[in-house]
Amino acid sequence: MKIELQHLTKKFPAQGRKNRKEVIAVNDFSFEIPDGKLIGLLGPSGCGKSTTLNLICGLEKPTSGKLYFGDKDVTALAPEFRGVGMVFQNYALYPHLTVEQNIRFPLENLKGSEKLSKEQMQARVAEAARLVQIEELMDRKPKELSGGQQQRVAIARALVKMPDVLLLDEPLSNLDARLRLQTREEIRKIQKKTGITTVFVTHDQEEAMSISDMIVVMKQGVLQQIGEPQEVYDNPVNLFVAKFLGTPPINVFEGYIRQGNLYIGEEAVLSCNELLRESSAAAIEGKKVFVGIRPEGFVLKEDGAFSCQLSGIEVMGRDISVVSTHPSALVVTIRSIINAENYVNPSATQVRFDIKPNKVFLFDKETEERLR
Amino acid sequence: MDKTSKKPWLYLLPAILFLGFFMVYPLIDVFVYSVEEGYNFASQTYYGVGLYNYSYVLHDPYFLQAIKNTCILVLITVPLSTGLALLISLGLSSIKALRDLYQTVFFLPYVTNTLAVGLVFMILFQKTEYTDGLVNLLIHAFGGSTVDFIDGPYWAKMFVLCFYTVWVVMPFKILILTSALASVNQDYYKAARVDGTSKVRIFRKITLPMISPMIFYLVITGFIGAFKAYSDVVALFGTDLNAAGMNTIVGYVYDMLYGDSGGYPSYASAAAILLFAIVLTITCINLLVSKKHVHY
Repeated sequence: MKIELQHLTKKFPAQGRKNRKEVIAVNDFSFEIPDGKLIGLLGPSGCGKSTTLNLICGLEKPTSGKLYFGDKDVTALAPEFRGVGMVFQNYALYPHLTVEQNIRFPLENLKGSEKLSKEQMQARVAEAARLVQIEELMDRKPKELSGGQQQRVAIARALVKMPDVLLLDEPLSNLDARLRLQTREEIRKIQKKTGITTVFVTHDQEEAMSISDMIVVMKQGVLQQIGEPQEVYDNPVNLFVAKFLGTPPINVFEGYIRQGNLYIGEEAVLSCNELLRESSAAAIEGKKVFVGIRPEGFVLKEDGAFSCQLSGIEVMGRDISVVSTHPSALVVTIRSIINAENYVNPSATQVRFDIKPNKVFLFDKETEERLR
Repeated sequence: MDKTSKKPWLYLLPAILFLGFFMVYPLIDVFVYSVEEGYNFASQTYYGVGLYNYSYVLHDPYFLQAIKNTCILVLITVPLSTGLALLISLGLSSIKALRDLYQTVFFLPYVTNTLAVGLVFMILFQKTEYTDGLVNLLIHAFGGSTVDFIDGPYWAKMFVLCFYTVWVVMPFKILILTSALASVNQDYYKAARVDGTSKVRIFRKITLPMISPMIFYLVITGFIGAFKAYSDVVALFGTDLNAAGMNTIVGYVYDMLYGDSGGYPSYASAAAILLFAIVLTITCINLLVSKKHVHY
C-alpha cells in the first residue's frame, strides 16, 4: 500500500506552565512512501518522528494536511479502519496473556463479516508465529521471554491482522547490541517475505541506513531529506544531514574560498572545480564556508595538501583510524579511516592527507545549506 | 556469615518485643480465656478447661443475630463499595475537566470527623417529634409513607448501616483505584485501539487484569474491615445494640466484656476467637480464588 503525506502538520497546544509555547511536532510534511518498501524515519530525539508514525497510524489526528493510503483518504479514519499494524517501543504485550493469546487478541476484535471461526484464528495465529519463529513459545507469558522474543511476538501480533502497513516505533532500542544486529536483519527478512509497506522510527542512523529502502531525515519537526540511504549519505542537502549520517561522524572545518580554491587554515586543499557541480567557483569566491569531510575521504600522502597534528592511531584490523587535530576544525578530534596497509608513524607530530573530492561537502556558513 | 552470631537477634529485638507484648501474648491470652470455664473476673478463678464457652456463645441468640448482621453487612457492602469505587474511578480517569474537584469531593468522607458524619446521617434518616428526616421527605415527595430508619423495621436499619458503611469506605477505595488505573501503561490502550478493541473488551481484558492486584487488596481489606464493624453501628444506633437487634460480632465481644450485662471475658474471648476463625477462613478462600484471577 502506497502512503502519501500531503502538507501534514501536527501542532500540540501550549500546556501547563506559563511561557510554554505551542509545539509544532510535524511541520508541513509532504512525501510519498512507495508500496512494499521499508522506510526509516530518522532524526534526533524530539524531532517529531514518533508523532509522524502516530499520525500514519491514526493515534494522533493531524492539525492540517492530508494522508492517503493508496488512493484512499484516511486522514479522518480511526486506526482500526486503516489496516495498520503497530509495534510499540516497549512492545505493549499484555502481561497477563500468553504469547498465543496476545497474538490472537486483534483477531478476536473482528466483527461482522470479518469475524473468524476458531479454526481460522488458530491458523492465522500459527502462521504469524511461524513467520517470526516463535512457535515453541506460544504458552509462555511475555515476562518469561527475552527482549528479542518479545519483539517478535509484538511483530506477530501486528501482522496477524494482515495489515497493509506495518509501523514500528523504535523497534530495536530496547535490545542489547548483538541482538539489535540480529533483529534488524530479522525485520528486514520479514518485511521482504511479506512485502508489506513498513515504516519504522529510529534515532540510530546506522540502523536506518542498514535496512531501509528509503530514509526520511527529520529535525525539529522539519523534513530535511528523503532518499535512498546511500544517496542521502553521498549527497546530504545540509550540514545537519551530513553530520547526522555516518559513523564515525563527518569531520567539519571552517574554510573559505580564494581564487577558486578551497582553503582550510592556510592550506589550499582542493580546487573548487572538483567540488562544485552546479554552480561555478566564481559565484562563491571569497565566501566563508563549512567544510565536511567524510572519514573515508582522507588519503594518506607524504606531500598531501592538508596537514593535521597527529594525536593517535587506533588500529581496527582491516582499517586504521587516524586521530588528529586541526585549528580550523569544529570537531575536537578529526577521525580519518584509512587502509591498514598504509604505515603511519605513531611518534610523528604531523600527518598529511590528500582529500577525495567526492567525500567533501561545502555548506553555506549562514544557512548551513549545501553548496553544490 | 557466622550462624551462631547473636547479632541478628539483637537487631530483631525491638520488633520481637513489641510484637510479642502487643500481638502474640494477647492472642494466646485470649485463647486461654476462651477455654477456661466459669471464669470469675473478680476472683480470677475458674472451674475447668473445655469448650463450654464456645458452645454457650454459639447457642446465644444475640451472637447468632450478630453473626447474621455482620454477614449481611459484609456481603452487601464489600462488593457494592468496591464496584461503585471502580465505576467512579473509571469515570474520574476518563474525564479531564474538573477531575481534581471531583477527586476532592469523593475523598472528603475520608477526612471528615465520624461524629460530624453521624450528625449528617441523623439529619438524613432520623425521625424525631419535629421532623421525619430528609430521606423521608423525599419518600413523601414520591408518594411513599414514612419509614423509621433508626428505630424501625430491621431492613430499614440494615439499609442505613450498609449505606453508611459503603459511604465511609469508598473514598479510600477510589483513591487506590484511581492511582492503579493511572499506573496502567497507556501503550496497552493504544495497542488495543489500533486493533479496534471495543471499550467493554478493553475494560474486561486489559484494565481489569492490570488492576486486579489492587482490587484484590481492596476486597481482602474490605472483608476484614467489614467483619470488624462496630463503631459505625454504635454511631448510628446507640450502645444498646442487642435491643436494637443490630449488634455485630465485635459489638457482641464488647458487650460481653463491658456492656451492662457484661463481665464475661471467657464468652467474649470465645466469640473473638470465632471471629478470628471466620476472617481467617474468608481470607484463605480469597487467596485461593485470587490465584486464578489476579495477575501480578
